[in-house]
Amino acid sequence: MVWFSGMWLAIGLLMIVTLLVVIVKNGLTLFWPSEVVQIELVEGSKASIQGASTLAGEVRKRQDKRVLDAEGNVIPELQLFVGNRDAYGFGFRYVDQSDIASQVYPEDIIVAERIEYGDIIGYPVSMKLADGVINADAPDFRQRFESVVGLSNDRRHEIEVIEKKKIGAINYEMQALKLSLRKAELGGGLTDELRTSVEQRTAELQTEYEVLAKQATDLRSAQKAETFVCRLPTGVEREVALGDLMHFYYPNEMGYFDRVGHFFVEIWKFLSEDPREANTEGGVFPAIFGTFVMTLLMSLVVVPFGVVAAIYLREYSKQGPLVRAVRIAVNNLAGVPSIVFGVFGLGFFVYLVGGSIDSLFYPERLPTPTFGTGGILWASLTLALMTVPVVIVSTEEALAAVSRGAREASLASGASKWQTIQRIVLPASVPGIITGLVLSMARGAGEVAPLMLVGVVKLAPTLPLDGDVPFVHLERKFMHLGFHIYDLGFQSPDSEAAKPMVFATTLLLIALVVVLNAAAIILRERLRRKYASSAF
Amino acid sequence: MMENTEKLKEVKPMSLPPTSLPSSADSVSGPVRRPDYIQVRDFSFNYTPDVRVLHNITMDIPENEVTAFIGPSGCGKTTLLRNFNRMNDLIDGISHEGLINVDGQDIFDPNLEVISLRKRIGMVFQKSNPFPKTIYENVVYSLRIAGQRDKGILDEVVERSLRGAALWDEVKDRLQQSALGLSGGQMQRLCIARAIANQPHILLMDEPCSALDPIATAKIEELISALKEEFTVVIVTHNMQQAARVSDRTAYFYLGKLIEMDVTKKIFANPSKKETEDYISGRFG
Repeated sequence: MVWFSGMWLAIGLLMIVTLLVVIVKNGLTLFWPSEVVQIELVEGSKASIQGASTLAGEVRKRQDKRVLDAEGNVIPELQLFVGNRDAYGFGFRYVDQSDIASQVYPEDIIVAERIEYGDIIGYPVSMKLADGVINADAPDFRQRFESVVGLSNDRRHEIEVIEKKKIGAINYEMQALKLSLRKAELGGGLTDELRTSVEQRTAELQTEYEVLAKQATDLRSAQKAETFVCRLPTGVEREVALGDLMHFYYPNEMGYFDRVGHFFVEIWKFLSEDPREANTEGGVFPAIFGTFVMTLLMSLVVVPFGVVAAIYLREYSKQGPLVRAVRIAVNNLAGVPSIVFGVFGLGFFVYLVGGSIDSLFYPERLPTPTFGTGGILWASLTLALMTVPVVIVSTEEALAAVSRGAREASLASGASKWQTIQRIVLPASVPGIITGLVLSMARGAGEVAPLMLVGVVKLAPTLPLDGDVPFVHLERKFMHLGFHIYDLGFQSPDSEAAKPMVFATTLLLIALVVVLNAAAIILRERLRRKYASSAF
Repeated sequence: MMENTEKLKEVKPMSLPPTSLPSSADSVSGPVRRPDYIQVRDFSFNYTPDVRVLHNITMDIPENEVTAFIGPSGCGKTTLLRNFNRMNDLIDGISHEGLINVDGQDIFDPNLEVISLRKRIGMVFQKSNPFPKTIYENVVYSLRIAGQRDKGILDEVVERSLRGAALWDEVKDRLQQSALGLSGGQMQRLCIARAIANQPHILLMDEPCSALDPIATAKIEELISALKEEFTVVIVTHNMQQAARVSDRTAYFYLGKLIEMDVTKKIFANPSKKETEDYISGRFG
């Protein structure tokens, strides 16, 4: 029996470990710069791109074809990431092993990341700069290339600051002015004075806006002015604006440490940047942030709610059939499918509560809903409702575990019931309460289905916390790692390109849950040491 | 504290016929000591309607004396003790008949706040139960819940209570350390210090030495004798030698009935009931 039960545990552990290994391996390849192979194809190969017999790319996979050849032998094939999606119309190519005439790893081949259409894989030819053309064989070509790309990155950043921050702030204020006018109109307090002052301010903002917009346009045209010419492995030359390039490297020249460095830079970009290209490129920062804020808000709601309910159930209510029934109902609530909570959240929080809030407090914005549509607050509340049974159950257990001796000592000292709960019972139950919180966070952070109904979006233009007054925007929609995984994996236009992103995002979500849990567990251990005792 | 006492004095003292109390001039001295500080009259107690654990108990417990309850396990002595500060209220389904008066006031009076009663009655339990707090916070617990914040008063109470519990010299340098680091005997003395911190009138002790070694027991017994100067002590014990050593009066219980209550010397030397003699001489129990 020992062997039998051990075997099942081993199988379970094996499955978990395998899953983690697959996720880690696939997720991390997204960041690792692999070598680029250039392949010479045999005559008439089906793998040729636009009639050329040469192609180059990163080997992503080696496998055997499903169909056998005429003699019944297996045919091995490679999957190449060939890049240049704008030129080829696809990003990946399968090549039969038997079609390969020769392969080389050319030193001067370049991989350049662009803001659109993914990577370029090709040979640099020249740069057409304002002060003349520099050929790739010029001795200072690489330094110049690097500095020019750096400049274009700075310019892009500047454009972003202007468009997102400055113009965003102007739009925000203009919207607020418009709303204040509408509010005054609805309230009947619209005076000419107010109207004039609003119009005056709007005009000022408009001028400011035009100046900024001009700046942005100038910068944009500067981004297009200089170009980079490269020759694709197929032999075609292409010219791209230097402003579109973000980053380049020579994959076949890099040493091991260069690769490691590149690997960590890529990871950092993944964590800190906004997504691009329908989420298949760039980073996932808004999704990390959204998940984090949502989980935090959920914890803030679920702990007081669950603890107070558990205190009533365990300490105040008269234990009897009714309380037992309530307890069973609470436990069953944990088994309700999460999508049902999503529907409830949509119906109750979003439409009923949110709709009422809108008509009471934000009539000037109608018919555009403010709280009457999905948002991070409603998502957090929905998840809090979903996970509150976990907190109630574990808190109740913790309360029940506080020894009678301690309660009696407190009551005998003249403490009231509430004082005893507050000063003796609750502090001793904190580790148990945190256990409940850990479980509810683990469940809440990974939940996707209900969120799709109450506030998660594919791409949120703004974060729920930012620099615009009042800083916390509970009504805003947000991005979520779990939903991001679903979106990348199943809603993306190029699922092959998105695959490593799916794994990387999954890895990140797991890591986020682990970090949140670890934080809670460390906190619990500290408290447990503080309250450790034989008397409890 | 003072408010409570004053409020109590306004309450009309219950006029109850005193039970015949044997003269105890040899063991009790001092000015005003009421021989019937705690009055128990025809008191019966049920845990559930079918389970009666105390039958028609009538006794008087004198002020500033040590009264010991002895008897075999399950005889109801702890139950009676826990009725004095109504700790049995925590249990569902209890019921009682008869009266218990403390300082002339009916403790089951619905108008009486049980908290004010418990503030006047300190209790030490069989198993020492210090809170998972510092030694200091353990002692001042009853003052803290009463809202006392004055550091000077709290410090004074800590020293006085710990001295009163003969623990001061051992812990005065580590008042801010956890009480859970103390030894078993020290913990029990800390619980005594906690029970006397709010200067109650009565100290109830429920087998305070049952989990302690002989040396710790000796310390606590010494302490009990000193405590009766200030408090009315009621102690439940299994240990007859202990009852003989520390108490002025002893009550012997058997199967929920009070068999005999008298001056300790008399109980141990010349009990008037046969059952008491059997128990004390070890022929039974």
